[in-house]
Amino acid sequence: MLLEGILITIVGAATPIVLAAIGELVVERSGVLNLGVEGMMIMGAVVGFGVSLTTGNPYLGVVAGAFAGVGMALLFGFFTIYLASNQVATGLALTLLGLGLAGLIGESFVGTPGIKLEPITIPLLSTIPFIGPALFDRDILVYASFVIVAGVSYGLFKTRAGLILRATGENAEAAHALGRDVRRIRMAAVAFGGLCAGLGGAYLSLVLTAQWTEGMSAGRGWIALAIVVFATWLPWRALAGAYLFGGVIILQLHAQAFGIRIPPQAMTMLPYLATIIALVILSRNHALMRRNTPAALGRAFVPDR
Amino acid sequence: MKTSLKTLASSIVALGAAAGITLGAVGFAQADDPVKAAFVYVGPVSDHGWSYAHDQARLALEEELGAEVETTFLESVPEGADAVRAFERLARTGHDIIFATSFGYMESVQEVSERFPDVKFEHATGYLSGDNFANYNGHFYEGRYVLGKIAGMETETNTIGYIASYAIPEVISGINAFMLGAQSVNPDVEVKIIWVNTWYDPPREGEAANALVDQGADILVQHTDSTAQLQVAQERGVRGFGNDSDMGAFAPEAQLTAIVNNWTPYYVERVSAIAEGTWETGSAMGSMENGMVQMAPFANMSDETKAVAEETMAGIIAGDIHPFAGPIFNQEGELIVADGEVAPLDMILSMNFYIQGIDDAYPN
Amino acid sequence: MPLELVKRDAPSQTMVVAAPFMALGLTILTAGITFAFMGLNPIEGLYEYFVAPLTELWSIHELLLKAGPLILIALGLSVCYRANIWNIGAEGQFTMGAIFGAIPPILFPDWTSWITLPMMLIMGMVGGALYASIPAFLKVKFRANEILTSLMLVYIALLILDYLVRGPWRDPGGFNFPESRNFSDEQSLATFEGSRLHWGIVLSFLAVPIMWFVMSRTLAGHAFKVIGEAPRAARFAGFSAKTLTYGALMFSGALAGLAGIMEVAGPIGELRPTISPGYGFTAIIVAFLGRLNPWGILFAGLLLSLSFLGGEAAQITLGLSDKMARVIQGLLLFFVLGCDTLIRYRVRLARPAQAKADTASTPEPVTREATDAA
Repeated sequence: MLLEGILITIVGAATPIVLAAIGELVVERSGVLNLGVEGMMIMGAVVGFGVSLTTGNPYLGVVAGAFAGVGMALLFGFFTIYLASNQVATGLALTLLGLGLAGLIGESFVGTPGIKLEPITIPLLSTIPFIGPALFDRDILVYASFVIVAGVSYGLFKTRAGLILRATGENAEAAHALGRDVRRIRMAAVAFGGLCAGLGGAYLSLVLTAQWTEGMSAGRGWIALAIVVFATWLPWRALAGAYLFGGVIILQLHAQAFGIRIPPQAMTMLPYLATIIALVILSRNHALMRRNTPAALGRAFVPDR
Repeated sequence: MKTSLKTLASSIVALGAAAGITLGAVGFAQADDPVKAAFVYVGPVSDHGWSYAHDQARLALEEELGAEVETTFLESVPEGADAVRAFERLARTGHDIIFATSFGYMESVQEVSERFPDVKFEHATGYLSGDNFANYNGHFYEGRYVLGKIAGMETETNTIGYIASYAIPEVISGINAFMLGAQSVNPDVEVKIIWVNTWYDPPREGEAANALVDQGADILVQHTDSTAQLQVAQERGVRGFGNDSDMGAFAPEAQLTAIVNNWTPYYVERVSAIAEGTWETGSAMGSMENGMVQMAPFANMSDETKAVAEETMAGIIAGDIHPFAGPIFNQEGELIVADGEVAPLDMILSMNFYIQGIDDAYPN
Repeated sequence: MPLELVKRDAPSQTMVVAAPFMALGLTILTAGITFAFMGLNPIEGLYEYFVAPLTELWSIHELLLKAGPLILIALGLSVCYRANIWNIGAEGQFTMGAIFGAIPPILFPDWTSWITLPMMLIMGMVGGALYASIPAFLKVKFRANEILTSLMLVYIALLILDYLVRGPWRDPGGFNFPESRNFSDEQSLATFEGSRLHWGIVLSFLAVPIMWFVMSRTLAGHAFKVIGEAPRAARFAGFSAKTLTYGALMFSGALAGLAGIMEVAGPIGELRPTISPGYGFTAIIVAFLGRLNPWGILFAGLLLSLSFLGGEAAQITLGLSDKMARVIQGLLLFFVLGCDTLIRYRVRLARPAQAKADTASTPEPVTREATDAA
């Protein structure tokens, strides 16, 4: 029972990070670094919550949250891809703008209980001991996170479109020379990243806690960015990384409830330390990093007519 | 620069004095002028917890005093250098009384109050005061004692989950009062404590609540500000208590009751005192008796428990029951408060030990 | 999108001057429209935000007080960013500087010689620099991405501070509340009579011309600029990537740490769980807004702190939400970044048909591989 409960909460803690991370992974594979994940997530959370509240339909909320993420991403894309502005700075601006804007939009939703996305039980699979309830008796966004990760993994490495995307991230000039519209490809990737981040945000306000509160993304967008590097830009590894991270968060809470008493600050520190250590371990593997790191990451591309 | 500053400062003093004389001379003729009251919150008013409760009181104050008062508020004001500026701005913009509603504002309030002797400052939950600088607080542990009684009677697993923010005296005395209440009706009761190291992070509070339920807790208590843990309680089919305000709307089937911080009577009293010119500094301690510590309606519990809870409340109000009445032992088994005595207020307000029966190491 | 950038032969000098004003204009326009949308008089709203804080002397003092740490931190960050090292952990270095600098007054409260305060400032710089050396070490040794490590270290520094003031460094006479003991006069920065302005702010503003002089008039500064723009050339000149990484990160860490101890030994006067309203993060915006140039950073720091003060005033006078200030800051940064494109490119509408051959890359001077595969 306890183990089952722990698994259920780990999946809950990990899902928003999985969603945001898989989107950012695609963005970075196209050669763009969007540091505004936090801003897109929080917009997804507030818009998702607002629409679900006003329409009474949380599924519409999910769709709206995704669109909010896309909207923010397109803004970022316009500046970085079409105006070639600095990606790091623009990403930070996006986070700032998103947090402020979401706070403004959300002011009227405050103190109102939301509508929770109900779980959809998958017959048979959900009866598997331990992992059944954790993985197959969940809401649609958890399933969506599996589907998206699988889809991205297949799409990136098994399809022509994926090849083109990766080529753009490897060497934009060469892709352009081959007749690819680099900017449009990157724009599409950025929009997909926004969609996923928006879904991740919607998960926060529609599933994890069915309410809107200011700043409720609480740094999860940044964690997602760390997970992408941690995963060396490989989709399944991103999923595993997010679950590992969720596991650290949940297990430290359980350790406390078991009466293992180290300073609470040290407990809270654990996920951040774990991320640094994981980054270090993976970064040491140069061959792996070199094989998967998009070579053009963070560099603006301007076609010279 | 220095001279101009001095001139400015002295002209402000002069202006203030002049205003004082005018006020004194005209007396009641000024009654039509509304009192300008300002509130400074550390969090967003939307937290539905601490800052929200203060803001509710601000709205109630406006309602009650009508045209006699004009209120403004600043939310999410960080403690530190920014707080001083916020207080100074409010003092300079003609506010008569400023309520600073977070402990961390204490030094800032003191600093600004010295520079603006004609403005009254009120600081919540601190211990400093001055001529124009009062402090106020509530005996919220009285409420926690009632929660303890309810939890002790209602728990079936004899395991209570407690989500705590930071190890400050207010939270520690809350845990102790809760356990004293619970032990008084159920000697087998145990508490599992998770320190989330935040006042307000709904997803994290929710995760902590889930962990506690997974470990067998069937009653959840929180000393944090969000409604997340009650929502988890409702989902997981356990019950819990709200904090700072009635959170029943978020968990109608799970909320047993909530400690409601009702700051309204105090705010009305203090603002009226300004209007009448009778404001005096001091240290006010709100309690169940004077209505600052209130309980949300008792729900989702047996009639028997409800009766005990009401009885306890009545006893506290009448002064027959004191949560920290001896004998109280600490975790080492030493007698802290002797039989027949009650813990002195100083001890409660700076409490830094657990009582016997809390099977957990004291943090820090 | 029918939009095309054409690279200019040389950066447009007109645009270097005009772009910031265009950005400010666009921000004011957008903010005005937003105010109108919220049912407010746009002129009134803009006045509260950008003009009212400048009409009173005390408010100007407060403006300088808020801008000081922002400018000091941003100056350090600009060195990092010029060298293409993405330190976004200044908030952590600020905190660590405050912690290190507070060691004398907290652990040796009776040591109140004339040297105490200079010692505190130096220790603050050492604390910030040491803390910034961690991402430098991880980058040099393991090639770990410094964006992420420096950011994670922010959370860790904040938690260390939290632990100290709630635990071992708690004021023994403070009723178990989370605060350190108050610093004595000898352990605090002197203020100017009648205001909260202290000598640390003077120091912060003095750093601007000093930085300008070092960066533009000395060989070392020049070499540093070259390094960022042409790493390979720098390598020939005998600068290793390792030295550069340590140097830039530790320099910016030292300035952030200095800002941290000056905030604690200045307006705050003790160590407490929160000592910064996000100075370290806001300074990143200041650095970019100022285009990594010392004078630009001075201007940007003042402008941003103006928007903070204005946002606060508007909350009182107009009942405007405090989130509006953040929206305005985000917009401002967006517009500055967008308008800066005009310095190096001309924008024009594209013709429908496009030749696909003869392309050339135009990597940005201020971007790089975030993952450092180099």
